[in-house]
Amino acid sequence: MKVAGQSVPRVDGPAKVTGRARYALDLTVPGMTHGAVARSDRAHARILSVDTGEAEAVNGVLEVITGASLAPLDLRFGHVVRDHPALAVDRVLYHGEPVALVVAETRRAAERAARLVSVDYEDLPAVMDADEALGEGAPVLHPERIERTKDEGLDQGGEALVGNLCAAADFGWGDVDAALAAADLVLEGEYRYPMLYGYAMEPYNAIASFEEGSLVVYSTAQHPYMVREDLARIFALPLARVRVVVPYVGGGYGSKSYTKVEPLAALGAYVTGRPVRVALSVEESILTTRSDGARVRARSAFAADGTLLARDFDVVMDSGAYTDNSPVVCAKLANRCFGPYRIGAVRVRVRSAFTNTVPASSLRGFGAPQGNLAGELQMDDAADRLGIDALALRLKNVVRPGEEILPGKRGIDADLPADLDLLTTSLGWPNAPEGRGIGFGISASDAGAHPTSVAMVRLHADGSASAAVGATELGQGSRTVLSQILAEQLGLPMEKVAIVAADTGVTPYERTTGASRTTALVGRSLMAACADAKRRVAELAGEGAEFADAIKAFFGAGGEIIGVGAVRRHGEFRKMPPFWEIGCSGVVAAVDAETGRVRVEQLSTVGDVGFAINPALVHGQDLGAATMGLGAALSEQLVYDGQTLANPNVVDYRVPRCSDIPERLDQILAQRQDGIGPYGAKGAGEGTLNPVGAAVAAAVGRIVGRYPRELPLTPERVWRLAQTEDARV
Amino acid sequence: MSATTITTRINGREQTLRVDNAELLLDLLRDRGLTGAKPSCEMEVCGACTVQLDGLPVSACTTLAVELDGRSVETVEHLDAGGELHPVQQAFLERSALQCGFCTPGMVMTAKALLESNPQPTRDEVTHWLEGSICRCTGYEPIVDAVLTAAQKMAA
Repeated sequence: MKVAGQSVPRVDGPAKVTGRARYALDLTVPGMTHGAVARSDRAHARILSVDTGEAEAVNGVLEVITGASLAPLDLRFGHVVRDHPALAVDRVLYHGEPVALVVAETRRAAERAARLVSVDYEDLPAVMDADEALGEGAPVLHPERIERTKDEGLDQGGEALVGNLCAAADFGWGDVDAALAAADLVLEGEYRYPMLYGYAMEPYNAIASFEEGSLVVYSTAQHPYMVREDLARIFALPLARVRVVVPYVGGGYGSKSYTKVEPLAALGAYVTGRPVRVALSVEESILTTRSDGARVRARSAFAADGTLLARDFDVVMDSGAYTDNSPVVCAKLANRCFGPYRIGAVRVRVRSAFTNTVPASSLRGFGAPQGNLAGELQMDDAADRLGIDALALRLKNVVRPGEEILPGKRGIDADLPADLDLLTTSLGWPNAPEGRGIGFGISASDAGAHPTSVAMVRLHADGSASAAVGATELGQGSRTVLSQILAEQLGLPMEKVAIVAADTGVTPYERTTGASRTTALVGRSLMAACADAKRRVAELAGEGAEFADAIKAFFGAGGEIIGVGAVRRHGEFRKMPPFWEIGCSGVVAAVDAETGRVRVEQLSTVGDVGFAINPALVHGQDLGAATMGLGAALSEQLVYDGQTLANPNVVDYRVPRCSDIPERLDQILAQRQDGIGPYGAKGAGEGTLNPVGAAVAAAVGRIVGRYPRELPLTPERVWRLAQTEDARV
Repeated sequence: MSATTITTRINGREQTLRVDNAELLLDLLRDRGLTGAKPSCEMEVCGACTVQLDGLPVSACTTLAVELDGRSVETVEHLDAGGELHPVQQAFLERSALQCGFCTPGMVMTAKALLESNPQPTRDEVTHWLEGSICRCTGYEPIVDAVLTAAQKMAA
């Protein structure tokens, strides 16, 4: 291979270092107006009336739009359940929910007017805690349940979705109770993982306009084709007349999955007939989407020799006011919580609860970090109690290549014992430096999502080639990696290939840019498209002909040859998941005994990616994801004070800063070409994050003598833990 | 709303402008097509809107446009005006010091300002200087490497 496997420079690098890369926020369209959102200051209330008079009187205001003013349009969106109104209609379900949209000639006028929208509410009882929401007598957020769309093939449990139960997953195998009764050691504990905010630095924004009977939207969406479906339904347009264009995106990490502000901008354009931009602030973005916090009750049963006999997980997720993507997170949390181990008996019950809080949806890791915290800490705790080394305990139980961890699913396409060896060697396990603790862990995520991906390759008369794909460039480097695959397949230099991406009016269908899928699945559809194009060249001009010659021979002058390729759930992609994304990460940490402050001094990761088409980009994903894990481990958490968020800003919600980065970083690549993607590649981008929370907690536990059970490990929490007299729980 | 006439130099070109007294420097620049500086936190903690004002790095999101009067502002768009990338930009490319790129213009301007005041910083000094610039993608290490690489390039 010539180009694949090389750390070629990013194709978007020059545009990004010069400030010329265009993000949705940088675009303007002629005649553009500005939308600003008036938001609920109640957690749960009935809207009695909305007075827009003062707002309408502000100079420059064109329209003040409320949910009630838009009947008969059905404003609700959602790819699993269409329950999320773009503007509240008769009730608000959380503090910060959009109630009205002001459209004005300037952003300043729109924002000033939005503050003058006056709403008369009748307060209703609110429920702020997920366990309480599922209990008797809690106020019910969605008394009239809307049927699920048939979109996602979810693994559902048998529980009826009533009360505040948003989603449930319930499965298992073996006799868990008998295993618990017969075990030499049973560990039981309750663990808590915080609700997080992705803080993609470009806040949610979109520009919408209606042009010649089509709705055109520029947006920050990770999944433009999903947004297209929501918009088509709201405005009763055919998919062919909704065009969602996604230029460069200033960070995604899952937080820009699915529909956010696009319906608001489109409603503004629908009512005013003018193009409308809706650009949220960071605080408003926090009020738009967060991740699901989780309370995890876990039991693990072991034999004296360390054999993991049974696991029993009972999880409640705090999923906020609307369904959004929480049912999928729920299903994934269930699949990922018990770990890549051989376990004779498993029982998993995950319940996602509606609460009167900001709606929760996807975030990097997607259920995995929440469950992994409990699962991996119990492995460490069991090792201590059984007098077995924590690495040896994992090696004894971890699955071997090809083994299933979920009955009927694809076997593990990775070598986990080898990954654990690489990791623990890097960390110097078990010999921690004086006063330090080592923590490490492993995870396996059923990644790739539903495998639907279409690519189109165009061979041009001058011997160059371009490909149109629907994958969005979020910073992960998709345009670079796909350029490499295109160049490799056609035998062209990088200078002669180009990727055109993410415009539903131009590029072919791509289900999502998430679940670490782009390299593997879009890559394979692109390879199929290249093969199709080459087949056409051979048909026109014979085997081995240059495609430029074939184009000239067929058309005379100009012209092009087009190849298409698709990946669908068929053939080698039939068995789910398309691939497993492995997490294998560890830390060396220190604790300041006086303050409880945790300092992570070393971070090691193993990227089990099958084949690194661009090693520098894989390193970037592995370090970036693990750093987000450090944020959740040490400082990040959204905190509710009563019915309002206490810290909806980047000062009080503290993400990792430059000085937080460990002095020693070791990003190891494991390349065994055992993936379904091009050249044996698998996905990267989430795996290294998933075990970091448990790893930091284990390192801290080994220093202070007691394993923490709740993140983030703030100085106060660690200091209190260190003061506790109890022996290990 | 009152307005003020200011004389300023934007990326080397002297201009006389009538600006609203409440207008932010960031909006003034972006309304003129200089969209390299990005709005994000809007409270002077993330560094994405960093530009150089008389050589010093400032957050354009919390600087008033009228403060430009008699002063000179440089944005990321000006760094390759001579047709060549600035050594800091080259180093960011070489060290893979960017992903989504949204923080990159601010990072580049912050790093450039550092190297102008301290041409041979230590790793700790770079880390300290970048504390006011958030990157959510990279994990920072490649950015620190890039700044040190740029220092070497500029010394050579």
